[in-house]
Amino acid sequence: MDELFSIRPLLAILVSAAAVPFIMWSRRPNVREFWTFSAAAVKLGIVFSLLPMVLAGKRPSLVLAHVLPGLPLALRVDAMGLLFALVSSSLWIVTSAYSIGYMRGLDEHSQTRYFCFFALALSATVGVAFSANLLTLYLFYEMLSFATYPLVTHHQDHEARRSGRKYLAYIVGGSVGLVLPAMVVCYLTTGTLEFTAQGFLAGHIDRQTAWLLGLLFVFGLAKAAVMPFHAWLPAAMVAPTPVSALLHAVAVVKVGAFSIFRVLTGVFGVDFLGRCGLDILVGVLASITIVTASLMALSQDGLKRRLAFSTIGQLSYIVLGAALLVPKGLTGGLLHIAMHAFGKITLFFCAGAIFVATGLKNISDMKGLGRRMPLTMGAFLVGSLGVIGLPPAGGFLSKWNLLLGTLEAHQIGFLVVLLVSSLLNAAYFLPIVYNAFFAPPATTGASSEVHEAPAWCLAAILVTGTCSLVLFFHPWPFMDLALLAVTQITGR
Amino acid sequence: MGHSLSRGSAERPGPGSGVRSLLHQPRGKPYMYRIRVSGCIAFEFPDRQGAFFTLYLLFVAGLLGITVTGDLFNLYVLLEVTSLTGYALIALGRNPAAPLASLHYLLLGTIGASFYLLGIGYLYILTGSLTMGDMADILTRMDPSIAVLVAFLLCMAGVWIKMAFFPLHVWLPNAYTLAPCASSSLLAPLMTKVMVYVMIRLILSVFSPDFVYRAMDLAPFVVWMSVLAILAGGVLALSQKNVKRMLCYVLISEIGYMAGGVWLGNRAGMTGAILHILNDAVMTLCLFLVINNVFYRRRNLDLEGFRGLSRSMPFTTAAMVTGALSFIGVPPTCGFFSKWYLLTGALQAGHYMFMAALLISSLINAVLFFRIIEAAYFESGTGEDGQEPAQGIQEAPMDMLVPLLVTAVGTVIVGLYTGDIVTLFIERVIPRGFT
Repeated sequence: MDELFSIRPLLAILVSAAAVPFIMWSRRPNVREFWTFSAAAVKLGIVFSLLPMVLAGKRPSLVLAHVLPGLPLALRVDAMGLLFALVSSSLWIVTSAYSIGYMRGLDEHSQTRYFCFFALALSATVGVAFSANLLTLYLFYEMLSFATYPLVTHHQDHEARRSGRKYLAYIVGGSVGLVLPAMVVCYLTTGTLEFTAQGFLAGHIDRQTAWLLGLLFVFGLAKAAVMPFHAWLPAAMVAPTPVSALLHAVAVVKVGAFSIFRVLTGVFGVDFLGRCGLDILVGVLASITIVTASLMALSQDGLKRRLAFSTIGQLSYIVLGAALLVPKGLTGGLLHIAMHAFGKITLFFCAGAIFVATGLKNISDMKGLGRRMPLTMGAFLVGSLGVIGLPPAGGFLSKWNLLLGTLEAHQIGFLVVLLVSSLLNAAYFLPIVYNAFFAPPATTGASSEVHEAPAWCLAAILVTGTCSLVLFFHPWPFMDLALLAVTQITGR
Repeated sequence: MGHSLSRGSAERPGPGSGVRSLLHQPRGKPYMYRIRVSGCIAFEFPDRQGAFFTLYLLFVAGLLGITVTGDLFNLYVLLEVTSLTGYALIALGRNPAAPLASLHYLLLGTIGASFYLLGIGYLYILTGSLTMGDMADILTRMDPSIAVLVAFLLCMAGVWIKMAFFPLHVWLPNAYTLAPCASSSLLAPLMTKVMVYVMIRLILSVFSPDFVYRAMDLAPFVVWMSVLAILAGGVLALSQKNVKRMLCYVLISEIGYMAGGVWLGNRAGMTGAILHILNDAVMTLCLFLVINNVFYRRRNLDLEGFRGLSRSMPFTTAAMVTGALSFIGVPPTCGFFSKWYLLTGALQAGHYMFMAALLISSLINAVLFFRIIEAAYFESGTGEDGQEPAQGIQEAPMDMLVPLLVTAVGTVIVGLYTGDIVTLFIERVIPRGFT
């Protein structure tokens, strides 16, 4: 594997943090939003410029500081990290557009603070994607936790305060209480924390220690919301919808799932996981989460809460993909990072658009909504298809690969879990769409004229919805990156 | 006792010189601190500025003397110079309870100093020398006797009282809380830390690590005491309403970190402890400066005084968050890296309780500081008169704000340069055989 010195990973991380002062000192909202968009565009540009190098098998890398012996703060872009960075930086642009429509539509307070911390959170997200070792990953992971706290608690009321407390308790409690000691153990036994193909723990620890460390990591990286460390996610839905959309469908939770994926493949290594039976343990934990979360989603009436439980389930698909250990499963898990992101962000955007346009939050009130907001509900259908995993949405590809992976790994149990979950997903999404278009309006007085959300919101929804469809036909570059990532992970 | 002050440092290279240089490092800090203080002493004791600066210079001279001396008795003298000026600095303010707290500190501090002096007396009788280098030579050639042990224990007891090692901490919270802000932000980051330095110096340069860790079964006991200190400091901090007093208990908990690290008896633990002397000084300074700024504007250091701080004093709040993250141990702030070394040391020594205590303490710190951050962020604040809600930004004056921001950035810079600090200074301090 040829590593290549490049400053671009650092630039990609810093560009959004560097935009913060400009956002802060812009006097007019339009100027402020200009800086957000510029930063987002530059960021996406830099990430894209890394693509040819990475696809050619190179790995741009950079050492930032030698902080501990054998353990620098270092960045390295491989296929897996680039896949995630591409997803998050491209969706940042769309979310920024959506945020403008949403925040102005609702005349929210403290919009400057909101955009500042959004930019910081994106820096941290790309930092996690490009981390070369566990310490760097931990640094950006924590940075993300604290950068998103003001976003989650944006409303600054009693409920926001309670949710913020819960959010930090789970996330920081997990990372300080569980991940930090696990990291120290890894470092002491091996002297390194650098992600490598097939991991670095193999041959250094015995089975029991491996199980213990595996549990510490899977639960400690609580952003992935593996049950029972999931309760922060529905609580964090008090945030403004664009925050929920980007952070709780794309950045924060995906950082959790990505970190678990990274730790399982780069610290333990797929062969070692299989040898000590940790794959079954993680797979079972993920399966329990998938099924339970889907069942809980069924009973939620708040649209955002239903989406939140759906997210919990879908995140564990990614974890399950890693636990399958076979190429198809890994590909499916990685692809799901991208596919689920596009599908779920569309759904969240729709939820926010409905709220801005009509003030509705509960699913039971949304009957007949399709006549008033046809485009939004059409996009909602596309997003649902993506999350359920039906063609012609991109989500089909990732689920298809996961299913093939279960067969390849001879894990019929996990196959059943995935199929049951798909049915449950359909059961909690499709009635919403059906009722929106075919049921009579819940409130008789409501006008049946077309009344969509503000243009900025609508545009964002249509873009992500279209992407979700296009990804089914042209999954480039995510498919190439996922396949390349699998060879890099397995070292074969 | 005509031992020259320079002898030890001039003639003895090798172990020790690094500790000195490391402790010299924060020498820039008193200077920075001086600029900062000019703003806040003007309203704390306008009529005693001359006295304050005289005491301040004496205090810093004493501290620097402690770190350069190679003579145990000179160390005692300088310790008393530092302590006496410290007592005076605490009693300087207008708070009517401060003199009493200072007297309390004086009584306990003097007991501590007497213990130390008694220990030195024993050593002088045993070896006939007072120079650290000579004494180390003679002690290694002597058979370990009860007398050496007693001398060591007496010295340690003295040092522990002065560094507020739980449960010998009772003087600290009152003294530092009731002291004027200018004094407490000078004393808090330096006074207890210099005692940790003295402890390390005694262990590494006077008594050999072999004697300290292997000839006695004291080490596990002290680590257990540190566990207690860390947890008790945290729990006591949780029960405080006054933020300054809360910080004092956090300080006691941090002393536990360092004492535990030293007594783990391995290289990683010792590295962590020495690194934490610097890191803890930086982050304590940061938070005490925050306290000063808040006191300057709000005159109220209870949790209510921090309400709405994020709106009226955004930069001070940002600095507070940085300091808080360092106490919680979030990378890349410096607090993370010393904690990392301490955790490694604890794991290597197989002392899982100490490891657990460090982690629990991090979580307690998270609760402590997020309580303040919540008050600053969620609740609407009150203005200077305590009645009207604060309108607009009311930051502290520039000469108070700039040093605070420099310190806050310093927590990150020091964290990022951990690698250099360890290889250039700390590695040279710890004897090579010490694993």
